[in-house]
Amino acid sequence: MAKRIEVSDLNIYYGNFLAVEGVNVSIEPRSITALIGPSGCGKSTFLRSLNRMHEVIPGARVEGKVVMDGQDLYSPDADPVDVRRQIGMVFQRPNPFPTMSIYDNVVAGNRLNNRKMKKAESDELVERSLRGANLWNEVKDRLDRPGSSLSGGQQQRLCIARAIAVEPDVLLMDEPCSALDPISTLAIEDLMAELKDRYTIVIVTHNMQQAARVSESTGFFNLNGVGQPGRLIEFNPTEKIFSNPDQKATEDYISGRFG
Amino acid sequence: MTATKAPTPSPPQQRAVRRLGDRVFAGSAKGSGIFILLVLAGVAAFLVSEAIPALTAPAEEIPGGEGLTGYVAPLIVGTLLGAVLALLVATPLAVGIALYITYYAPRRIAATMGYVIDLLAAIPSVVYGFWGLAVLAPALVPFHRWAADDLGWLPFFAGPASASGRTMLTVGLVLAVMILPIISAIAREVFSQAPALHREAALALGATRWEMIKMAVLPYGRSGVIAGAMLGLGRALGETMAVAIVLSGGAGATLNLIGSSNPSTIASNIALRFPEATGIDVNTLVASGLVLFVITLAVNMLARWIVNRRADFSGAN
Ligand SMILES: Nc1ncnc2c1ncn2[C@@H]1O[C@H](COP(=O)(O)OP(=O)(O)OP(=O)(O)O)[C@@H](O)[C@H]1O
Ligand SMILES: [Mg+2]
Repeated sequence: MAKRIEVSDLNIYYGNFLAVEGVNVSIEPRSITALIGPSGCGKSTFLRSLNRMHEVIPGARVEGKVVMDGQDLYSPDADPVDVRRQIGMVFQRPNPFPTMSIYDNVVAGNRLNNRKMKKAESDELVERSLRGANLWNEVKDRLDRPGSSLSGGQQQRLCIARAIAVEPDVLLMDEPCSALDPISTLAIEDLMAELKDRYTIVIVTHNMQQAARVSESTGFFNLNGVGQPGRLIEFNPTEKIFSNPDQKATEDYISGRFG
Repeated sequence: MTATKAPTPSPPQQRAVRRLGDRVFAGSAKGSGIFILLVLAGVAAFLVSEAIPALTAPAEEIPGGEGLTGYVAPLIVGTLLGAVLALLVATPLAVGIALYITYYAPRRIAATMGYVIDLLAAIPSVVYGFWGLAVLAPALVPFHRWAADDLGWLPFFAGPASASGRTMLTVGLVLAVMILPIISAIAREVFSQAPALHREAALALGATRWEMIKMAVLPYGRSGVIAGAMLGLGRALGETMAVAIVLSGGAGATLNLIGSSNPSTIASNIALRFPEATGIDVNTLVASGLVLFVITLAVNMLARWIVNRRADFSGAN
């Protein structure tokens, strides 16, 4: 079930360093939201604050509110473990567990918390998730091989399969294609287009064409200078951002006149 | 670097000078390598040549009168029993300590704790021996009695319980404390190197901290822990002083850990007997030392093999 995420007045810190400041945004369900911006402006930081992965880093903390369909993710009684089960994440570098088989990688999330599954049930889940990630045909004959025996693009799709196997409400993707060839990239973009019927998807990308191709809304992050916090400069429908942005900085960045 | 220099020194001479330095370095490196090998070979040759009389002597001349095998067998049992017991106790503890320090403890406590554990490794073994004799052995007497009464059906606790506590069980526990820092230091190292990439993958799936450790830390660190345990085992096998002080050994082979008659270990037996040994006795002791040498070598090779396998594994990663 896709869910809406409302972010208000979000400040994100690493220790005393304010990395991202004052983000207000509403992320629509059943759509793809792209985040773009120059390196170091806080896109990954912001993304990781949406599923409470930010606080995994020692000293990292967050001020402000993130509300998902009325549920305050940072309220004192919200359990980060539950939050992460509802909000899946795909990382920039493919990270299947190297000590697990392809099969075990896919069901890794479902086996957490000692949830027991029947063999037939988990077989079915593995096939469904791998089909969902467009990987089934390539790996169906070697499900017992280690996850690290796949190519980079296949590994990334395995990570997507692993993320959707637990049926999260939201899927966060941090530059999922940056290590991939154009064909794998297209496969993952197709996949995102299919997945958005069921999930809320947020993707960070450095690839403007990708943002323009796949997303409904685009957010542009920028920072005024080194050591300054990053800010969400503009958030608009993707067509508007790429044709007629509100902000001069957005236009400069998109047209490559960034400096 | 010298390309812009004036062409005064003739090239052949310059090359010769550089070659000389290379040769000195290569020569001294090779020399030290050969020297180590020579020393080792000399020691090994000495061991073998001193052991040969015992290997060839008729059985009744060997102390005990039951031949070399009869003499060494209880010592091998004693050595392995104490060392394996130490390993079984120390490994889970060391893994727990390492996990606590790397993933649970607040940073300051973790640093202090790591330091204290490392200090354990710096205590001389004679101190461990006296601690075992004066503190641990008496303290364990009630446990010996309880084990004999309630666990007596196990061959390890067959009893009757020793009244002094100077048993294989106590020795095993002293050895466990001694090898704890070795295993936990290596476990800490490999656990802290578990890739953040995979730890975050587990957390992002909604793993609790313990689940994250099970998914991304323990499988990664497993072979490192095994290698550390093997190193600890090697140390426990060769420990002399602590065992010699605590154990009232010298009896025949038995699996009973809590009785008052225990087999000695190879190393402590040598230390205790050597000063008064003459003639064939010396050869027998040296032969038992040779056995220990072989056992230790086998353990080290096992550890090395596991470590190398692990290197392959993380390289393929
Ligand atoms: N673990 C960390 N500890 C301290 N500061 C960090 C950490 N990670 C990131 N930062 C800082 O936070 C700011 C934002 O970093 P972030 O990784 O979110 O940028 P980004 O927009 O994702 O960049 P890129 O496009 O290069 O991935 C940067 O100034 C960075 O130096
Ligand atoms: Mg980033």
